[in-house]
Amino acid sequence: MRRVVITGAGTINALGASVAETLEAMREGRCGIGRLDIRDVDRLTVQIGAQVRDYDEAAHFNRQQIALYDRFTQFALLAADEAIAQSGLTFEGPLAARAGVVMGTSGGGLNTQDENYRAVYEDGKNRVHPFVVPKLMNNAATSHVSMQHNLKGPSFTVATACASSNHAMGQAFQMIRAGMTDVMVTGGTEAMLCFGGVKAWEGLRVMSKDACRPFSATRNGMVQGEGAGMFVFEEYEHARARGAEILAEVAGFAMSSDASDIVMPSKQGASRAIAGAVSDAGIPLESVGYINAHGTGTAANDKTECAAVADVFGHHANDLMISSTKSMHGHLIGGTGAVELLACLMALRDGVVAPTIGYEEPDPECALDVVPNEAREARVDVALSNAFAFGGLNAVLALKRA
Amino acid sequence: MADDVKTKVIEILAEQAVLEPGDIAMDQTLEDLGIDSLGLVESIFAIEEAFDISVPFNANDPQAGDFDISSVAAIIGAVEGLVAAQKG
Repeated sequence: MRRVVITGAGTINALGASVAETLEAMREGRCGIGRLDIRDVDRLTVQIGAQVRDYDEAAHFNRQQIALYDRFTQFALLAADEAIAQSGLTFEGPLAARAGVVMGTSGGGLNTQDENYRAVYEDGKNRVHPFVVPKLMNNAATSHVSMQHNLKGPSFTVATACASSNHAMGQAFQMIRAGMTDVMVTGGTEAMLCFGGVKAWEGLRVMSKDACRPFSATRNGMVQGEGAGMFVFEEYEHARARGAEILAEVAGFAMSSDASDIVMPSKQGASRAIAGAVSDAGIPLESVGYINAHGTGTAANDKTECAAVADVFGHHANDLMISSTKSMHGHLIGGTGAVELLACLMALRDGVVAPTIGYEEPDPECALDVVPNEAREARVDVALSNAFAFGGLNAVLALKRA
Repeated sequence: MADDVKTKVIEILAEQAVLEPGDIAMDQTLEDLGIDSLGLVESIFAIEEAFDISVPFNANDPQAGDFDISSVAAIIGAVEGLVAAQKG
């Protein structure tokens, strides 16, 4: 079977505008969550989020591009530029046709929708900008990355709420492994921090008003983030033949559906995805040293996730580390798995495990080594990245040290 | 006024539980009524809309906060308190 490796990574999120900045923040346990700077924030009950700050779209894109690029597309393009530059690949001739883009997003161009609904409903305007549809559509980011880099192979967008980017990267992995393509640009992007985006989440009563404290007994909900994470997945022999630097190997992937509840997580569904990813990678359970948790900071997710990990790993659950970096970069919904995969790369490559910050008090229902508050040095050979979406759709990736 | 609150809250809970208002007893819990976490969040939304009040409630810790949801009577009492505080 063909092997798949990662040869490029890129990101923009509340912790930084590059992989280097983001990993530095994760090492230092820095928090990207703060008071939201968005229109009508005073009418929101939840006024915090992990926003990309000091961002000037005009510094990256011209007027024509901005007319077509929603914020989620801009984030995807910036992250893809960084990832592709690191890989050293240019997509021309036969390679272009053997390379595609699979990206996850949940809200797509939500800022564009919000602004234009406001224009027609609140401001009473009867005309909107001609590019509203191509700007808001969920596949806009995928298409613009494809156009920008001449990626002409299979390309599409995946939307499975909080698991979107893991499902996308899992697809990209399987397409290369199966021989459908040789290179895939993959990851996820999200820009939901607008009035309507936050207002909708508020309604569900699962958001924290002060901080994201995964696994802590004092946790009181999730905090939304925004941004993108993108990677270059490449067939192993292809990468080796050109002498590319291999960041990690994508060794396994599994998905499952809880088939039970539209919002409450299931231990069985999560367990099947975790066990499935390890089994797909063909590695012993004991080789897993780190899990980047879904770890939303809600009461329900964190205890269910810990129970699932304990079930799958048995005694080994006490020896592995599991942390939630959402405590720092927030929950990027459809882009979250992609930014979290960076923490897995850091564990495998640099031997630094990102912490769960904001941890105040142990919860007996989350009695695992959650790497509280401070990053830790450790040799990690295999890392997993969990994503469990609303709707009960689960996707777990297994990465191996290169 | 107090009776209005009681009648309306019972109506809201009955609708969630798919029961007749007359079948709801004051000492019943949400569990007795078969109202799950989504049903509870929806009930609270309906209460906020009906009385034009804001209910302090976080689904991550339904027991915390000042809004007592331990029984039908407790919910009615809590809503009465909020109405008095926010509309008085």
